Amino acid sequence: MMDILARISKSLIAGEEEKVGELTDAAITQGVPPKQILDEGLIAAMAVVGDRFKAHEIFLPDVLLAAKAMYAGMDRLRPLLVTQDLPTRGTVVLGSVQGDLHDIGKNLVGIMLKGAGFEVIDLGNDVAPEKFLEAVEQHRVQVIGMSALLTTTMPVMKTVVEMVKEKGLTGRVKVIVGGAPVDADFARRIDADAYGFDAANAVEKVKSLTGVS
Amino acid sequence: MTFDVDHVVPDRAAVLELQGIPPETGLPDHLEGLYAAALRLLTENAAPAAVLADVSKPRFGTIYQGEGNNEHRTPVADIFPAAERLALFAVTMGPQLERAVRACFDANDFAVGSMLDSVASASTDRAADLVQARFRAQLDRRGLLRSDTGILRYSPGYCGWHISGQRRLFEYLEPEQIGISLRDSYLMQPLKSISGVLIAGPRDIHDIADNYDCCESCDDHGCRERIQSLFAEQAADKTRQSE
Ligand code: B1M
Repeated sequence: MMDILARISKSLIAGEEEKVGELTDAAITQGVPPKQILDEGLIAAMAVVGDRFKAHEIFLPDVLLAAKAMYAGMDRLRPLLVTQDLPTRGTVVLGSVQGDLHDIGKNLVGIMLKGAGFEVIDLGNDVAPEKFLEAVEQHRVQVIGMSALLTTTMPVMKTVVEMVKEKGLTGRVKVIVGGAPVDADFARRIDADAYGFDAANAVEKVKSLTGVS
Repeated sequence: MTFDVDHVVPDRAAVLELQGIPPETGLPDHLEGLYAAALRLLTENAAPAAVLADVSKPRFGTIYQGEGNNEHRTPVADIFPAAERLALFAVTMGPQLERAVRACFDANDFAVGSMLDSVASASTDRAADLVQARFRAQLDRRGLLRSDTGILRYSPGYCGWHISGQRRLFEYLEPEQIGISLRDSYLMQPLKSISGVLIAGPRDIHDIADNYDCCESCDDHGCRERIQSLFAEQAADKTRQSE
């Protein structure tokens, strides 16, 4: 059993999408519990990828190839996982704020968060403040993540933080912000809980916001 | 004006920089396929187009003030009064390219999508270089180019020129004719678009100090490299003349 999980991990780290799919199928056939394949095969391997990226041993495209391979494995597992087995590290609602159509950075954050086992509700771009709050009400969201690439759209982030306060959600729902013109100082000034300077850093911050080690 | 896509294929180094890969490292072999796929998608989906229009100094002065949000002291405000010719421009790679990027992400082809996004960004800069070359050629044809003429471009959103300055720039230039629109947030659609002013005059006018308020918050001080290349151009001209 260990062997097949190790092989899944190895292929995932190498970004071998087809192999990860095949090996996941093989692991399922061998009777390895789907949750174990997910945690010890896919998520564990993605953590190694994240660490190597942070250590500058591999580059962004390698991370994205690994993420695609992970999704191939996840696709096989999803029908077999009962709801309580789905990634339970927390749920993050993500979006580029109103007026902003930039979404590559936000997408990268979403891909990395999923890779780390978070459930991600991606609202897309040009997201009105109330949409974030609606998503919080509809799903069990722990974190709101907002991205902005222009100084002119950054104020929307403040609006969302204020709405979180008004709804009495402060503390229960954390807010993380990021994007080229955003910095830690701005995050502090608008009372956001965290600032992520890149996708890998966003994952670390979300982990610490949700108490995941 | 439109450009052939082959003419806006970006430098590999510029793409790698956007991908966070140090140029000295180069692209690892196993990623070459991604790069090739991104270039192919660029060729299939880009439709580079630009508008370029001369503008007088007084008129530019009004446009530059924009909505009154510029920083107190800015490089462009110091440079343009000494210029000889000014032109406004806007350039776009067209709407199809960002759809192609999105399609890659929708298909979980994240690495290709991200590489294509970087290729598209760098090629937008290449297209702006071509507009600048076109402006230079126009000046040359009109006998307005001198041996010490230096041309550089400046854009709203950089160097203390507030991004809201695009409103007046758009009113003058009407880039809607090539499909660029400006949203209330001053975001241009399509995303892969650049707007700005081309300033032609004695090279020295561009040789600004690096001590404006805006320089403090600037990440890369990219102006230094641009100024250097302007003077390198001059040195190369001199060498050619003496040969
Ligand atoms: C939820 O938690 C989180 C946590 C982390 C989060 C997060 C959320 N969201 C993002 N992150 C973080 O993680 C991601 C992955 O690592 C990162 O996401 P990003 O989205 O930042 O990163 C992308 C994956 C890659 N990054 C990018 O693609 C942006 C890089 C920079 C250099 C840049 C580029 C490449 C471009 N641009 Co321009 N551009 C700049 C950028 C400066 C910079 N240093 O970032 C920026 C954004 N641009 C700017 C400007 C001004 C402009 N650009 C323009 C044009 C262009 C190009 C076409 C040349 C090109 C592509 C634009 C595009 N985005 O598609 C114009 C606008 C275009 C438009 N459509 O409106 C124009 C207005 C210039 C002009 N007048 O033409 C500046 C905005 C400043 C402002 N005042 O708002 C700018 C910050 C540069 C600067 N001045 O320093 C992190 O930010």
